[in-house]
Amino acid sequence: MGELPVTLVLKDLSKSFVGEAKVEVEALSHINLEVRDGEFVSVLGPSGCGKTTLLRIIAGLDNASGGRILLDGNVIDGPCPRMAMIFQEYSLYPWRTVIDNIAFGLEMKGMEKQQRREKAFEFLELVGLVDFAGNYPYELSGGMRQRVAVARALAIDPQILLMDEPFGALDAQTRNMLQRELLEIWEKTKKTVVFVTHSVDEAVFLSDRVVVLTPRPGTIRDVVSIDLPRPRERTGAEFARIRRYVLDHMEHAAASSKV
Amino acid sequence: MRYLRFLLPILLVVGWEAASWIISNPFILPSLTTVIPILLHPFSPEFTLGTGSMVENAGISIQRVGMGFLVAAAVAIPLGILMGRSNLFNDFFDSIIELLRPIPPLAWVPLALAWFKIGLTSIVFIIFIGAFFPILLNTVDGVKSVKKTWLEVATTLGAKERQIMIKVILPGAAPTIWTGLRVGFGIAWMCVVAAEWLPGISQGLGYLILYAYNFGQTNLIIAGMIVIGVIGLLIDFVFKRVERRWFSWRGLER
Repeated sequence: MGELPVTLVLKDLSKSFVGEAKVEVEALSHINLEVRDGEFVSVLGPSGCGKTTLLRIIAGLDNASGGRILLDGNVIDGPCPRMAMIFQEYSLYPWRTVIDNIAFGLEMKGMEKQQRREKAFEFLELVGLVDFAGNYPYELSGGMRQRVAVARALAIDPQILLMDEPFGALDAQTRNMLQRELLEIWEKTKKTVVFVTHSVDEAVFLSDRVVVLTPRPGTIRDVVSIDLPRPRERTGAEFARIRRYVLDHMEHAAASSKV
Repeated sequence: MRYLRFLLPILLVVGWEAASWIISNPFILPSLTTVIPILLHPFSPEFTLGTGSMVENAGISIQRVGMGFLVAAAVAIPLGILMGRSNLFNDFFDSIIELLRPIPPLAWVPLALAWFKIGLTSIVFIIFIGAFFPILLNTVDGVKSVKKTWLEVATTLGAKERQIMIKVILPGAAPTIWTGLRVGFGIAWMCVVAAEWLPGISQGLGYLILYAYNFGQTNLIIAGMIVIGVIGLLIDFVFKRVERRWFSWRGLER
């Protein structure tokens, strides 16, 4: 990992907003993180720790209250086509067929219909849904829909994939399958991935590094590097050890914030 | 019991014939045998007291509704999109719309006459009022119901404001807007009949049935009513077909 260049830098990111009781709530506090090119980083934390907010700030969907984001040395302030976001749910356009959903980003760039369909088809192949090109999202299972969402994000050839609990709404079996597929795609396409999840198991299975956030305000409790070779065996002793370790950190983080 | 739905209409027809035979006063209840010939000769001017054939009258009514309806859609849809997108616009227009909406379209008739005099403009105005509010309110609803994630996906995929409007907001709101158009058209069709009772009008289905009343031709009144009902039904059917064809995803967003 060491020799890969740093691509995404979060410098002192903070976010606060005025909550319901008109009290200022600090959601994120002084987040510093460097993500290397081609790295798979998970942001792990309990719900309400601001991990989704962090991802939305990186994607340019929310503004930070303080700090900066650098992509290859350039300051990012707003949506940037070099990063694509994958949402948990409701992200496909129900009036578009699968192929036209995948081609959406290319269409926005002004690519010709024939050309963008061909391109979209490549990514449809990548996620193994060639037979469903002409189907509508409501005709697909939850797992298939997320595959389409991944294909759509990849189609615009982003440098970084931002994934916001993308498998959170799926059943355990589908979830495991999609995790394996995601790793295959990641290895094939060599994208950088920032993956938000609340599942320790998921984070340890997928990531090169796991960033553990504390709840309210979200701060980085620890960054755990995972050197296990892939594909990882969930039942292996080493996997269990790392899982235990990360879980302890998460629980500590939760406990310390309550004080 | 697939055929049960036909039972009541058949009983009604039989009861009608029986009643008209007992009453034996065609002004109160004419026999169906005097109504059906009118319906069987829609192109003939001989059955309509010299007002032009049934088809001609229907064509004129449809034309009037079409005009009022199109103007209503052309104003209500853009305004609805603005109001759905911007709270500023919404707050600005909302109170006046809530104030005007409960006024029945026909209550506008005297004012329409004062403003536009007797003639086509007044009729089109009444129809406009009838169709306007359902289209507007549904458009606002439709635009507001566009999922935030749809917009954010477009933003992260590099869509510009104009592209988001055309490629996300409009198609996302389209099913609800279409419902507004359908309801609006239904109300417009009801309004045209009454609007054609305005003084100085000499054609149209509404005019025809009132004119028939003046001549005591109840069979023509009933034939006219049936035509009005059937046309309304057919147009609603077309709206529903389009809805099923294009907007079948509605309610299935996942």
